[in-house]
Amino acid sequence: MENLSASSRTEAFPVGLRVLVVDDDPTWLKILEKMLRKCSYEVTTCGLARFALEMLRERKDHFDIVISDVNMPDMDGFKLLEHVGLEMDLPVIMMSIDGETSRVMKGVQHGACDYLLKPVRMKELKNIWQHVYRKKMQEVKEIEGHDINEDIQIRNEFEDFEDRHVLNGTDMNSMRKRKDVDNKEHADQEFTDPATVKKARVVWSVDLHQKFVNAVNQIGFDKVGPKKILDLMNVPGLTRENVASHLQKYRLYLSRLQKQNEGRNFGGNMQSDFSSKDVTANFDLHSSTQMQQNGASSKYIYTNQKIPAQVIVPDGCADDFKNVVSLQVMDSKQALLSDVSDSQKVNSVSQLGVLLSFKEMMPIVDMKPLEPAISRHQSWNGGIPVMQFMQYPKHNHKRCSLLEDYSCLPKPDQEHQVFADHVHTPPSVISVTCNTEDDMCSVSELKPVHTNQKSSHIKPISPVPFMTNPVSVQVDSGLSNTQDYSGLSNTQDFGATCGKDGSTNQKDHYNDQTCSGWIPPPLQLSLTNETDLVSLPEQLQLCSLQGIGCFENVGLNNMEIFQYNDSTSAIEVHGNWYDSLEFNCDYLYDSADYPIVDECLFA
Amino acid sequence: MEYSSLQRQVAYMKKGLFDQGYLDEQFDELEELQDEASPNFVEEVVTLFFRDSSRLMANIEQALERCPQDFRRLDSYMHQLKGSTSSIGALRVKNECTKFREYCDQEHLDGCQRSFQKVKREHAVLKQKLESYFQLLRQIGPTERATRSGS
Repeated sequence: MENLSASSRTEAFPVGLRVLVVDDDPTWLKILEKMLRKCSYEVTTCGLARFALEMLRERKDHFDIVISDVNMPDMDGFKLLEHVGLEMDLPVIMMSIDGETSRVMKGVQHGACDYLLKPVRMKELKNIWQHVYRKKMQEVKEIEGHDINEDIQIRNEFEDFEDRHVLNGTDMNSMRKRKDVDNKEHADQEFTDPATVKKARVVWSVDLHQKFVNAVNQIGFDKVGPKKILDLMNVPGLTRENVASHLQKYRLYLSRLQKQNEGRNFGGNMQSDFSSKDVTANFDLHSSTQMQQNGASSKYIYTNQKIPAQVIVPDGCADDFKNVVSLQVMDSKQALLSDVSDSQKVNSVSQLGVLLSFKEMMPIVDMKPLEPAISRHQSWNGGIPVMQFMQYPKHNHKRCSLLEDYSCLPKPDQEHQVFADHVHTPPSVISVTCNTEDDMCSVSELKPVHTNQKSSHIKPISPVPFMTNPVSVQVDSGLSNTQDYSGLSNTQDFGATCGKDGSTNQKDHYNDQTCSGWIPPPLQLSLTNETDLVSLPEQLQLCSLQGIGCFENVGLNNMEIFQYNDSTSAIEVHGNWYDSLEFNCDYLYDSADYPIVDECLFA
Repeated sequence: MEYSSLQRQVAYMKKGLFDQGYLDEQFDELEELQDEASPNFVEEVVTLFFRDSSRLMANIEQALERCPQDFRRLDSYMHQLKGSTSSIGALRVKNECTKFREYCDQEHLDGCQRSFQKVKREHAVLKQKLESYFQLLRQIGPTERATRSGS
């Protein structure tokens, strides 16, 4: 994390360029990471696109450039490209073994700033910084064109940019925060006052985007135009150009969604019964928690950069989870997904909002045609770890409700390495998926028991009857990350998101460690049936994802749990888990999974 | 520079692998990436490759058994495998993957089956050869290895 990269930061750009690499192939991930490190870049790797998106959303300003493979199981690379462009506006480089002109063209059309052919050579990676620099220059020009008074912004923009690479161990976000002290809502970087907003680029926050969407819907998508939208939105300081460029991206996004929607069976829109108003914990991670906003009539999910205090509250949770769940399980067969909104799927992962960068990131399993996603996030918010897990049930597993999952949870005193019997199920994340309001209400009753957190960060959670949605709960007890788990690792950056306060030590701890983005922590339980969950003994510690609301009680000491990452066996496990996971993802046949998974797991 | 007998053996083995088309220049690239920070980098990557590719191949195998008519899926899996082979420069395996994909395009199931057997064979052979290679390397010892300077 920042500390670690301090040394590189003192040197001139492009040293310390922060790269996010996304590729489902672990071998390539490892190679690319090594290559990029040799270029003196700061690398974060990610094996799943959804996971990458979450990371990006959570730590919006933490990356300079994204490199992604085109063919990934959980999400099309082009889709990821669009999202990054729409939400984060970072330069994206595509990679593929397929160099056909049509593919390359598609990449460019979707906004890729470059397209590399595999096998990628180091010399090609050495120059990727040019895309970052170019983009910055373009932005500055854009600003210059708008408003003369924004000179200061331009200056700041560059300062920020350079500072980032020069500053020693400073969290960019906190730096910006300091600068933005004048802003009323500095936690949520809404583009309010041009004079005080240091960053020239418009940050499309949830609210802002929501306004945008509302305006678009009001006008009528076909009749829409930047000027009209701008007028309707009535946001001071927002320019027509900002809206125009955002609209362009939005259109691309929607058109792709529409294509997808064509074969899908959607339920109704997400119900907006729940709002995130109850955000309680202060998720002050700069990273944005994803908020799912359901547009008035649109089904897209817009995740925004920052959501202040986004803690999963029962209400919020419900919404989030619902979205998440629906997002992930696209298949209508899934009981879990009743209201699945295609768009939500994409963003719901981030919905969980509190992306906890954690060493243990649950793999996101994508099952075709479903697109389940498993992500495990743990957010440390002012000492309140909030764990969110999103789990996408396997296609024909009954979605485990939280309760279900509990049954598989290990005893509290069990340290890491708890393997669920049903290895076959992708590591489930305990996700709070409440589909009904009633359910949500009961969520608040869940209180994670504050047990000895040292051993695992799983908190006992009393079975909540509300768990009706099958969401596999995944309990991750330990950090799976460790030394080099073959390329599926996040660099220390990841650790950064864990816990703002008091978690700095964690960051250090994670230094030099790669977090496996999708390696399930040693303790992984896959819970598959509801009955199991119900019988979950109270002592079981669960990562109460649902928790989001419940995590309030979780203390900082939870964070210690994540610190253990040395078990080499964990690596093996991870590997195996990954294997099994991946295998499961790919394979639609249940029966095949079990034996294979078992093999993998216990190999 | 004097090469020990072991080093010469290693060099010879490696040359053989290249000459016979088992490996291509990507393997050299990997060796260049190896440094003090990651002294076993190549072996780690290769291990990772074999683990992952075995998984992918198992997927293909199952797909061939269960849904053999689903050429798109087969092609997609093979695409993944092919991408993976390019990471370590497994040339022969990669070429077989390409052939398999051609059969997929033609929806020639029989061709796919045969081709897949070849892929498996090449994969197994390469694995064996590389295992021997690394075994030999390990005998050399780290310091000697470091001075090998990309033979």
